[in-house]
Amino acid sequence: MLERGEVANSWRRERWDSFRLLTPNWQSRLPGLHYEGPDPDGYMTMGEVTEFIERFAKLSRAPVRTGTNVTSVRRTDDGYHVTTSQGEIGCRAVVVASGACNRPAVPPLSEAVPPDVEQLTPFDYREPGQLPDGGVLVVGASATGVQLAAELRRSGRPVILSVGEHVRLPRIYRGRDVLWWMDASGVWDQRYDEVDDLTRARRLPSPQLVGTPERTTLDLNALTSLGVELVGRWAAVRDGRALFSGGLRNVFALADLKLERLLDAFDEWARTRGVDAELGPPERFAPTRVPSSARLQLDLRGGEIRTIVWATGFRPDYTWLDVPVVDEKGRLRHDGGVVDSPGLYALGLPVLRRRRSTFINGIEDDAREVIGHLARHVAVRRGS
Amino acid sequence: MTTVANGVNVQALLDAREVLKGAPEAAQFVWRASSKWQNGVHSTSTVKEFYGLGAEQTHRNEAVFDADHPEVFAAEDNGITPIEYLLVGLASCLTAGVASVAQNRGIQLRSVEATLEGKHDIRGILGVDADVRNGFTDIKVTFNIDADASKQDIEALVAQSQKRSAVFDALTNPTDVTVEVA
Repeated sequence: MLERGEVANSWRRERWDSFRLLTPNWQSRLPGLHYEGPDPDGYMTMGEVTEFIERFAKLSRAPVRTGTNVTSVRRTDDGYHVTTSQGEIGCRAVVVASGACNRPAVPPLSEAVPPDVEQLTPFDYREPGQLPDGGVLVVGASATGVQLAAELRRSGRPVILSVGEHVRLPRIYRGRDVLWWMDASGVWDQRYDEVDDLTRARRLPSPQLVGTPERTTLDLNALTSLGVELVGRWAAVRDGRALFSGGLRNVFALADLKLERLLDAFDEWARTRGVDAELGPPERFAPTRVPSSARLQLDLRGGEIRTIVWATGFRPDYTWLDVPVVDEKGRLRHDGGVVDSPGLYALGLPVLRRRRSTFINGIEDDAREVIGHLARHVAVRRGS
Repeated sequence: MTTVANGVNVQALLDAREVLKGAPEAAQFVWRASSKWQNGVHSTSTVKEFYGLGAEQTHRNEAVFDADHPEVFAAEDNGITPIEYLLVGLASCLTAGVASVAQNRGIQLRSVEATLEGKHDIRGILGVDADVRNGFTDIKVTFNIDADASKQDIEALVAQSQKRSAVFDALTNPTDVTVEVA
């Protein structure tokens, strides 16, 4: 098992200071390791996640070689040749478990931003104090975007959030964590070969959630109440001005409707399961408030905005993978983790085999199935 | 699933989507219109040919559109104003989207009516106030839909039709426009 840095490297180095998991502690389970601390409904800080993964590394006695960066994987006659910063390795099979978030994705229009506006990605961002005083434009309303917008607003800065399609969720529904519902009602068990539009499911932005001790909801209404100004999707830069889409109402409507449908499904599940009595009454949330006049443009040269934070998602990095299994959009071609090259596998990608795959507790079933395939592959080759 | 008849060949659209996934060049269309000045602010535009699927294509019939300005603009009103054509485009695009999405979702439509209102401060085009823009201040579309579906499903149809609308996108997002003299 090769790790470029230390165990839990990306959790140690590629997250901002206040970052906590979106999943409650009790959902952080790995084979043979469950949360046993005093706060099952809380959300792990980065230090806690790091510790949790370190414990699992020890418990599972995984043969981790730290400080070993893979620079190339090539196909050979009977497997793969792996080049690392610590030497060469020949092997029959390779499991790519390098994740889906290796590089922040920043749209090309960032190149047209005037040079006196500072630009940061979530990999650069640590805490509000590192930004110059003045206004911040946060781009993207996934979990990252809403969390950074709230934190920056609370630091006293004027914050504008550019919102495209997004996923709205309340933190708590009928007294339970919304991710308890996802887990219990079976939404997360939906398999990748049952999902209507798998491409869409795999590129869905992370839901507007934050893990805080107060278990508060951080949807767009919460941000509006904090004084964050909402604008539409950032479409272009023209003459030093950012131009935003006028379609803000529609992305609100899409997210509100999807939330309503999800809550309907939860209620239906609770009713048919006969667990209504254990839960609070069904709730419906106020529609996302539309700003009275959302700005369609913003002068980036006027000094109103000093910093832009790109919360526009992440992409995997396969530049080291010298096997032709990456499509024109930079995605790995695989069927439930079985990559389009014999003996090559993937784990830990969004909706790899089920909706749960995206989360720490989703790895167990995925790993069992993928490794089952791998073991058969190796056995067949050995037998031949 | 029950058979719904909204008159949209969704299968052809879904097939096209599959084919064009592997052939992005065939998906490149060019829409064309040409216009001729008549007199005053009256012009006549015609639309017949377009390019797509790798070849020149032709509408079954040439369409002719007169544009003018109303009498309150001291014009002859030989046709609707150009900015009204944008409302026509938006209404027909969203309506086509509603029908297609309904067909795809197995929702039978009985009637789909839309009314559109585009607010316009003409101080912009008259140059009265440099801070007033030339185009619409805002546009409001109100759908009245009678269908075999819940209110929530109908709202979802309308939301999805905006998400996949060419004209909604063209109106809500900036487009690079070149105007030159041949």
